[in-house]
Amino acid sequence: MLYFSKLRIIFVSTFTLFFILFASSNIFKSSNDFLDKKINLGLDLQGGSYLLLEIDNRPVVEQKLQNLTITLRNYFKEKNIRINNLKLQNQKLLFSVEDQFKQIILDVFNDKESDFNPYYQRFKSHQLDIVEENNIFIVNFSKQGIIELKTSSQDQALEIVRRRIDEIGTNEPNILKRGNDRILVELPGLDDPMRIKSLLGKTANLTFRFVTNNSEDSFGTEKLKYEDSTEESMVSKRIILSGDNLLDAQPRMNNETNETVVSFTLDRVGAKRFGKATSTGIGKQLAIVLDGKIISAPVIRDTIASGSGQISGGFTFQSATDLALLLRSGALPAPLNIIEERTVGPDLGQDSIKAGIIALIIGFILVIAFIFVKYKIFGLITNFALIINLFLLVGVLTIFEATLTLPGIAGIILTVGMAVDANVLIFERIKEELKNEKNNLIAFDSGYTKSRTAILDANITTLLAAIILFFMGSGPIKGFSLTLGIGIFTTLFSVYFIARLLTVLYISKNKEKEGLI
Amino acid sequence: MIAFNRYYNHFNIVSITLVVISLLFLVFKGLNYGIDFKGGTLIELRSNDSKINVSSLRDNLSQMNLGDVSVKNFGNEKDFLVKFENNNNKNVIEDIKINLDKSFGNNFSFRRVENVGPKVSAELLKSGVIAISVALVLMLIYIWIRFEWQFSLGAILALFHDVIVTLGLFSLLELEINLSIIAAILTIVGYSMNDTVVIFDRVRENLRKYSDIKIYELTNISINETLSRTLITSITTLLALLSIFFFGGEILKGFSLAMIFGVVFGTYSSIYIANTILVRLRVSQKTILKEDE
Repeated sequence: MLYFSKLRIIFVSTFTLFFILFASSNIFKSSNDFLDKKINLGLDLQGGSYLLLEIDNRPVVEQKLQNLTITLRNYFKEKNIRINNLKLQNQKLLFSVEDQFKQIILDVFNDKESDFNPYYQRFKSHQLDIVEENNIFIVNFSKQGIIELKTSSQDQALEIVRRRIDEIGTNEPNILKRGNDRILVELPGLDDPMRIKSLLGKTANLTFRFVTNNSEDSFGTEKLKYEDSTEESMVSKRIILSGDNLLDAQPRMNNETNETVVSFTLDRVGAKRFGKATSTGIGKQLAIVLDGKIISAPVIRDTIASGSGQISGGFTFQSATDLALLLRSGALPAPLNIIEERTVGPDLGQDSIKAGIIALIIGFILVIAFIFVKYKIFGLITNFALIINLFLLVGVLTIFEATLTLPGIAGIILTVGMAVDANVLIFERIKEELKNEKNNLIAFDSGYTKSRTAILDANITTLLAAIILFFMGSGPIKGFSLTLGIGIFTTLFSVYFIARLLTVLYISKNKEKEGLI
Repeated sequence: MIAFNRYYNHFNIVSITLVVISLLFLVFKGLNYGIDFKGGTLIELRSNDSKINVSSLRDNLSQMNLGDVSVKNFGNEKDFLVKFENNNNKNVIEDIKINLDKSFGNNFSFRRVENVGPKVSAELLKSGVIAISVALVLMLIYIWIRFEWQFSLGAILALFHDVIVTLGLFSLLELEINLSIIAAILTIVGYSMNDTVVIFDRVRENLRKYSDIKIYELTNISINETLSRTLITSITTLLALLSIFFFGGEILKGFSLAMIFGVVFGTYSSIYIANTILVRLRVSQKTILKEDE
């Protein structure tokens, strides 16, 4: 255990210098791109917002089943089968048919080539399940059908969330999928997430529909509340235009009324439909409905063929800006709920860094002072290895551009406390060996050899704990497991290469000295 | 040499009593879960006005229909920690901001806001329990592979002791259990294991060396031989932890405190639980020679 070849000495020194170089690039700015790496600070240290959003897919399921009612009716009408008592209930579609058609219905639903019940090769399952109970057919989404639906609405929602956040222009947002119905948003440097929260909380489903007094409307009607009052109006379910038809939306000042409005431009299809609706509907009220509430319902005075228009509704400049932003970035497929939020202000982050560094320095000084008093010259060696260990740890974190969190700093301090353990094990063992062995070289050699299994076992157990934490923990805790885990490797390196090398150099010069340790 | 073995029986009774008392506390008093596991909202506020104190802040907030509001100083006189349970108001933070600005002038800065919904908190609690269980099982398996089952049992009982007594102390002192405490407990598991393994390693070595010494004596020799290492490592680890506790800021206080308890219990349990199990299971040279064949 005591022999070091020249080659190995060179290798160890180069390796160590390499990491020290990277560690120092956190402080000094390097012109070299390769070297110009920095440890990322976690949201708890640099300040920022962490939001976990959950997609509420129930309205999507309902909407899909609602659409299915029409398809279903038409499909079987062609086959001269009447669908009776068709209704939507608890996210299920119920209907009945005359007895002689029952088998046909089941065949159609279970046909792998079925037009309206897609078969997933991947899952070996249909999109919809059908069962018959007391002469009533019950149709609902199969397990796989729900998975497909969730995945696709998550994809869409992710895209819209990204667009909305990009529009606001925060720096380096992190937007990720979690599970199949969640989206994680990390916004570094943002200390007030109020605006983003309110923007993400809106579905922004915009429709233009006629106000009607005729409840016999063939598309059906519904009663909707106004955004800014308790008044209600009867609105047709027929959608003239939707947010999908918008090309652009901007906040504007209307010079005539001195009111802030949102002006919009429509695509070709939208412009045509808007033109037609405004020409046939002169004198009627056109309701502008956002997320189930009427923003305003102006009376149509002229045909608008230009494909552009304005929405008014008592906006402030801020609310008009936000509405325009929402309309530009598109509607979410389903409402989002913020189920977890963690926001740290930048000054608390600064304070945490300061406290963490002070604790590190004090902890470090206490440990090296204790070790020096205890082991003298070998204490110096241990302490030198400990300093190298810190550089290695920071160097590794830098190379991987890992994220450092406040618990991560605690992990580094804890590593300092536990890192000396390996050297202590070795030195205590050497002391024991020296009681029976007068030759320093032999005693040191067997001290290193005999302590090895204990050191490995001890470190592997800590590593196991760190690995579990890494996979189970979130955010800041992950940072802790990262520094603790990497710390184990850098500790073993610094003990077996740095400290051992120095020990070898020292005892080879003091072979004959008694009471060496 | 210190005769640790003379007190094996005494300290076994002490350990069992501690575990039973801790379990009673955990069952009847329960743990003080933070918002990570209970759900709810936490706000850390800093005021510029020295006239604002806990009771004036509490009076003000309790008029806001937030349910059960807890207001405490956080580290110093001008920092406050406000906690309340989940409510349905999505804009609750905004409302509090407006209310505080109105009542106290623009004297508060919001340093930290955390809001955990009921679904997430249930998941976090579940994954915390799973993490600790997985850790215990993995340690059990690891020691089983490296040693004989008697050692594995001793080590795992020591771990259970450490985890239960640390949690019991948290229950007694009504300290908050949050995500960082779970991290602390897992680290304690690792540390306690580390300590136990070093002594076990020596016990095994001595079992091979001396065939005529009974395990009762042999564990004592092993403990004494490794004692200075056990103490030095505990001291350096405690120095690091005390430094985090006193200088690392309020957020790390609970974490470092749990770790300090854990290191003390872990050191104790390696000596007085893990080894006594070996004695009680009458481990002898034969036990490990089977392994060597």
